[in-house]
Amino acid sequence: MATVSQSTSIAPELPPTRGHWRSIWARFRKRKLAFVSLVIITFIYMLGIFAPVIQTHDYQKTNLAQTQQGPSSENWLGTDRLGRDIYTRVVWGIQTTVIITITTFITGSLFLGVTMGLVSGYFRGWIDAVIMRIGEVISAFPDILLIILLAATLKPRIVQFARDIEDSTGISGLVSSGIVDYVVIGIALLPLSWFGMMRLVRGQVLALREAEYVQAARAMGTTTPRILFRHILPNVVSPIIVSVSFGIGAIALAEVMLSFFGLGVQPPRPSLGVMIGEVTARGGASVSVLRDHPEQLLAPIVVVWLLIFCWNIVGDALNDVLNPRAR
Amino acid sequence: MLAYIIRRLLWTPILLALAAFFVFMMGTLAPGDPAELRLGNRSTPERIERERERMGLNDPIPVRYVSYIAGVLKGDFGDSYHYQGRKVLEILAPRLWVSVQLNIAALIIAVIIGLPLGFYAAKRQGTGRDPAIVISMLILYAMPVFFTAPFLILFFAVQLHWVPAAGWGGFFSTQIILPALTIGIPSAAIFVRHMRASTLEVIGQEYVRTAQAKGMPNFVVNYRHVARNALLPILTIMGFTMAGMFGGSLIIELIYGIPGAGRLSLDAIFQRDFPILTALVLLGAGMLVLANLVIDIAYTIIDPRIRLQ
Repeated sequence: MATVSQSTSIAPELPPTRGHWRSIWARFRKRKLAFVSLVIITFIYMLGIFAPVIQTHDYQKTNLAQTQQGPSSENWLGTDRLGRDIYTRVVWGIQTTVIITITTFITGSLFLGVTMGLVSGYFRGWIDAVIMRIGEVISAFPDILLIILLAATLKPRIVQFARDIEDSTGISGLVSSGIVDYVVIGIALLPLSWFGMMRLVRGQVLALREAEYVQAARAMGTTTPRILFRHILPNVVSPIIVSVSFGIGAIALAEVMLSFFGLGVQPPRPSLGVMIGEVTARGGASVSVLRDHPEQLLAPIVVVWLLIFCWNIVGDALNDVLNPRAR
Repeated sequence: MLAYIIRRLLWTPILLALAAFFVFMMGTLAPGDPAELRLGNRSTPERIERERERMGLNDPIPVRYVSYIAGVLKGDFGDSYHYQGRKVLEILAPRLWVSVQLNIAALIIAVIIGLPLGFYAAKRQGTGRDPAIVISMLILYAMPVFFTAPFLILFFAVQLHWVPAAGWGGFFSTQIILPALTIGIPSAAIFVRHMRASTLEVIGQEYVRTAQAKGMPNFVVNYRHVARNALLPILTIMGFTMAGMFGGSLIIELIYGIPGAGRLSLDAIFQRDFPILTALVLLGAGMLVLANLVIDIAYTIIDPRIRLQ
C-alpha cells in the first residue's frame, strides 16, 4: 500500500476512567444535531424491540377486502397489495434489522475483528501475515457481490443443516421461525464487518505494544492475555466506538439489500428490504405499481434513510469528541 | 520504489489465485448436482453418473481447481448450467458490458458534480455555504438507492415525461440518464467529502500563500497550486468508490429494468447457475484488484513525495 509518510507515534494514555466518559458524554450532548440523531436512532430501535407490543395487526394477516388503502384510523400507514397493515410490517421489519445489525456486530466486528486485531498487532510475525493476507483476499471482492454469493451458496446448506437438527432432536419450527435466515445473513455479512475493525485495532496495537507502560507490564511478568485485555484494549476503545457507529449504517443497508434481492429474510416474515422490493422490483410491472401507489414505499424507505443518516452524524460527532487530535 | 512495484506485481497474481480458489470452493459447496441440473431430474442414475464423469466432477478438488484456473486463464469460465451448452463468458460478456457503460456514465456524473462542489465548499469555509453543502451531501449519501430510483422515475419520467422510465438503449440514449444519476449521486457525495478535506489541507500550505503573495492571479493559484495537488488523494478513493458503485448498480439495474450483470446474477442465483455467479464475482475481484494496482503505482509516479515500504 502506498502511504504518505507520517508520524505514527501515539502517546500512551491512562486507561479511561468514569470521569473520562462523563466528560465525553457532556461534549457529545453539546452537539445538537448528533444528539437529536441519537434520540432518533434510539426511538427507531425501541420501535423494533417492542414490535410485539405496539403492533396493531398481525403482520402476516391478509385482508383482501382492503388492499392498497391509504392511511386511516384502522391502518395507520395504510395497507399493501395483500391488505396487510403497513405500520405493523414496518415495526417488525425494524426488529429484523435491529437483530441482524446487533448480532453481526457482536460476532463479526467486536468478537472476530477486535480479537484478531489484538492478536495480529501484538504477536506480529506469521500470525499477522496470515490474517492480513486473508483479509486482503476477502477485500479483493466487491462487497455486495461477495455477500450475494455467500448468501446464495450457504443458504440451502444451512437450511438443510437446520432440518437435520429438527429431525434428529425433535425440535420443530427451527426453519419456519426465521432463525435460519438470520444465521445466513449474519455469516454473509461477516466479510463486510471484521476486516475493517481488525485493521484498525491492529494499527493501534502495533503502536501501543511499544509503549513504556506495556513494556513495564511485560517486565513485571504480567501474562499476555492480561496485557492484551487490561492494558491495551482499554486504550483502543475510542476508535472502536467510532468505527462501530460508522459501520452499523452500512450493515443495516446490506441487510436491506439482501432481503430486497430475496436472499435475506423470507416472506411472510417482514423486512424493510422485502417491503421495498415488493413495490419496486418484483415482476416486470414495477413502474405501474410504483406509479399507482408510491406512498407504500415511504414508510420503509424513510426508516432506512433515517437510520443511515443518523448513524453517520453520530459517527462524525463521536469521532470529533473521542479523537480530538484527529481534527 | 522499484522493489515495491515488483513486489506488488508478484503478489497480485497470488492474490487473484487465492480469490479464485475461494470462489471456486463456494461454487463446489453450492447445493445441487451440476450433472443432474443439466440432464433434468427424470434422468437415470447411470446417465447422471456418466455425465458427472464427463464433466470431471468425480476428480479430486485440487485437480478440478487447476483445470478451472487453466480454463479461466484461457478466458473459459466453464459452461452455464441453465442455458444448455453455452459458455459462461458468451452469456456474461454482453451483460457485463452494459453494466460497465452504466458505471462509466455514473462515474462521469460523480466526478463532474463531486470535485468542483468539494473544491467550492472548501474555498467557502467559514461561510454558511460550506456546512450547507456538507449536510446536503450527507443527506444524499445516506439516501438509499431504493429511494432515489423510484423518486427520479416518478418525477422525471412519470410526471414530467422528460426521459423514459426504464429500459436500456446504449450509452448515448436518454434512458441512461436516470440510472446513471441514481448511482452517481451518492458517489458524488463521497467525492465532495474527500475533495473538501484535501483542498482544505492544500490551502493551508505555505506554497499557496507564497503564490498568492507574489501576486499570481487567483485563477492560477486555484487551478495550478490548489486543485491539482488536492486531486492526488482522490485517486486512491476512486478505486474503492468504483467497486461500491459496481455493487450498487446491480440493484439499480433491477429497478430500471436494465439487462446488465445485475439482472443476470439475480437470475443465476434462483436458477442455481453457479458458474455464472462465480465468474461474475471473480471478474469483479479481478477488475478491483487491477484498478487498485494501477492506481497505487500511478500514484507513486505522480507524487514523488510518497515513500514506500
